Amino acid sequence: MKELSLNILDVAENSVKAGASLTQILLTERGNVLVLEIVDDGCGMSEDVVRSVVDPFYTTRTTRKVGMGIPLLKLACEQTGGSLQISSVTEEADPVAHGTHVRATFYSDHIDFTPLGDVSASVLTLIQGHPDTDFLFRHDKDGRVVELDTRELREVLEDVPLNSYDVMEWIRGNLQEQYEELSEDGGHNGEE
Amino acid sequence: MKSLAELQAIKNRMKDKVVLRDGMEGARVVVGMATCGIAAGARPVLNAFVEGVNKEGLEGKVTVTQTGCIGICQYEPVVEVFEPGKEKVTYVKMNPEKAKEVIEKHLKGGNVVSEYTIGAVAV
Repeated sequence: MKELSLNILDVAENSVKAGASLTQILLTERGNVLVLEIVDDGCGMSEDVVRSVVDPFYTTRTTRKVGMGIPLLKLACEQTGGSLQISSVTEEADPVAHGTHVRATFYSDHIDFTPLGDVSASVLTLIQGHPDTDFLFRHDKDGRVVELDTRELREVLEDVPLNSYDVMEWIRGNLQEQYEELSEDGGHNGEE
Repeated sequence: MKSLAELQAIKNRMKDKVVLRDGMEGARVVVGMATCGIAAGARPVLNAFVEGVNKEGLEGKVTVTQTGCIGICQYEPVVEVFEPGKEKVTYVKMNPEKAKEVIEKHLKGGNVVSEYTIGAVAV
């Protein structure tokens, strides 16, 4: 993948497919350490399945037996010296608190760090394709935060779909403004 | 700032439109968004369709949706166009520029852009 944001889009799609009602995409940057977490309340995976999703020759798809999503994310973080962890609770094991937690740690000063790219575009793509599920996106860069929670938007919109063009444009603009503010703050801090 | 008040205004404007959409029977543009598609550049292609359809005023006639792996990963980004009463058209190795052309010629003009279809590209 050319951008980490594409890995994010790809792996978050798995959460939606697992029947998640809420998928959280959390980016936490502290200096040169970037932690990506994708947390969902979907159907979860058994221990065996968790072990095998990192294997490129394992997939739940029946049309073909190769799934590259998680292996590509694993590669992207490990090539920076980081690591990938997955924990999961199946619906059978816990009918209430089930779901999957993917956590990837990256070292952004490593020469093989893939640039984050356009995360907003990935969030928008997820919302466009899955207007009936909720997403919480939170990017914390050294304590300065960009955040979008579709549950809040849904409250305002009621039955107007989240993937209506005007709503998508609002979300795009909102994220862009938040990122501009974040980098302005950063510039200001740099001057001090 | 893109405020929630602004979102509220969008909602009030959209409310009446929602009903119209339900009964619609137009073309469906489906973009493959599995690992293979995403890696090959499906995200900007999808974006080009969403934007182009709106820009050309086709929202009432065309819906843009996403799907998983279609099974021809080597031809990604793959875009399928379904129109009622017509055979499915499969566009392969798409990019945003080709997407614009498909919107203009196919979705607006009614003529399939044959050179981008799987029949023309696959050897």
